[in-house]
Amino acid sequence: MSESSQITREEVAHVAHLARIELTEAELDHLRSDLDAILEHVKVVQSVVDADTPAMSHPIPVTNVFRLDLNVAGLTADEALAGAPESEEQRFLVPRILGED
Amino acid sequence: MTDLTKATAAELSDLLANKEVTSREVTQAALDRIAAVDGEVHAFLHVANDAALADADAVDAARAAGEPLAALAGVPIAVKDALTTVGMPTTSGSRILEGWVPPYDATVVAKLKAARMPILGKTNMDEFAMGSSTEHSAYGPTRNPWNTNVIPGGSGGGSAAAVAAFEAPLAIGSDTGGSIRQPAAVTGTVGVKPTYGGVSRYGLIALASSLDQIGPVSRTVLDAALLHEVIGGHDPKDSTSLDKPATSFVAAAQRADLSGVRVGIVKELSGEGFDAGVKQRFEEAVALMTAAGADIVEVSCPSFVHALAAYYLVLPSEASSNLAKFDAMRFGLRVSPEGVSEPSAEQVMAATRDAGFGDEVKRRLILGTYALSSGYYDAYYGSAQKVRTLIAQDFDRVFADVDVLMSPTSPTPAWQLGAKLDDPMAMYLQDIATIPANLAGIPGISVPAGLSDGLPVGVQFLAPALADDRLYNAGAALERLLVEKWGTHLIGQAPELEVAR
Repeated sequence: MSESSQITREEVAHVAHLARIELTEAELDHLRSDLDAILEHVKVVQSVVDADTPAMSHPIPVTNVFRLDLNVAGLTADEALAGAPESEEQRFLVPRILGED
Repeated sequence: MTDLTKATAAELSDLLANKEVTSREVTQAALDRIAAVDGEVHAFLHVANDAALADADAVDAARAAGEPLAALAGVPIAVKDALTTVGMPTTSGSRILEGWVPPYDATVVAKLKAARMPILGKTNMDEFAMGSSTEHSAYGPTRNPWNTNVIPGGSGGGSAAAVAAFEAPLAIGSDTGGSIRQPAAVTGTVGVKPTYGGVSRYGLIALASSLDQIGPVSRTVLDAALLHEVIGGHDPKDSTSLDKPATSFVAAAQRADLSGVRVGIVKELSGEGFDAGVKQRFEEAVALMTAAGADIVEVSCPSFVHALAAYYLVLPSEASSNLAKFDAMRFGLRVSPEGVSEPSAEQVMAATRDAGFGDEVKRRLILGTYALSSGYYDAYYGSAQKVRTLIAQDFDRVFADVDVLMSPTSPTPAWQLGAKLDDPMAMYLQDIATIPANLAGIPGISVPAGLSDGLPVGVQFLAPALADDRLYNAGAALERLLVEKWGTHLIGQAPELEVAR
């Protein structure tokens, strides 16, 4: 790894875990060099703004919007479950969510 | 009878209203054309033969019964696979959604149905709209009808190619950083990114929610305006939808008058990195517009040079959050990790996302997760949001002096398939002229400007938020000047595709 690198292989592996994407060893190597090139380009944003520049999260200013409090038809259970990988008793069937210990 | 596949949507609208043709004839002609050329072009991921013909018959019956109908009733349309459609698979170009049939329609799809426009099928796209060439589709690339060895642009290469190959008179696209306008430019067609909030995003599979906007894809400016009036307007299901009517676009396209219109040429979007052929067509367009009475001035938007950097932080950050819903639990693919007995939900999610997402999606999700992670948030995502403010301020400043801005849409014509696949930054640079509009939420249009080495080149107009009508006026005016010069629309000069028998 060259000294000018923006991101290490360990950081890529850590972020991939945060993003819940299991990467192969080859993918980790490839992504590290791609991300390095991209970060090298995008890091300029840090040097062109200062503390006084307001941040913009949304292009058109909007305030919170509430819909009218009316009953509207939603999806039926069958419709909601139609695309599920697995279902049982009108519920989504999922793998275990707790650890073994 | 004239070739119905070559007719514009406006012409079809008149033919249908005068009962000179039926929607079944128009729709069947489009489906026949798809059968003949889509093996080569691959604009479609799904073709809805039976449903489209049933819709066509229903609208023909309604017309025969004298029911009042919308202007585009009976005119068929293709829809980008990023929009949900009841009864049709919706994949967003990804393996992770292979075979998924949504239980609800996107608002734009519901509006097309309410206008009685038969939906021909779903068009190919870069996976989750991440790309500029449609090569990142999990289902194989779309090819450019002008030359099937070159890319059709992206992410909406399928919609642009369908319209350019005369497989559909109209299509729906979505534009996050140029995904409607750049494919329009490189296929010799018209594409519009409306003002943010002008068209409902409900049912659009989100890429970056503060940048995404659905818009029209067509062969003429008037056709785009007709479609924009169908799909635009307020939607209570989209909290960012603006409470403004979608009118005046067709009238503006019909006006097409440049006299006294002040046009700003953005210095930062015309120089270095732009192909000689692209610059030449652009300068010819400027000269034609000047002769037609436009008042052309050069303007500077110094922050635009940082737009790409800000975009490639804002987009991946928002995408990493939006695509967290692909967790293998409620819909889509589920893959269990190999060699793990009784894997946890978390392990299944990670294995599914590795198997179901392509390289470009993984690249951007990991970049976005990094930019949002503790210790980097302020430096990356926070700074990018500030650059966004600077870009919006540049637009505000120049729009105080000019009515519209003008630039080439894309720095180069279409390139050979595969040429930029291994170099993400080279691919990203293709969107340099289209990205600022998304960051600021303003509308843009790409209009054909001619050819460079036999491949189409586009000119882009930008207008202030909610002034989409100015795009239709300026775009239609330039289109008319060029059609007068060429004796045909640019798309009329496209080589014939080989037809499968």
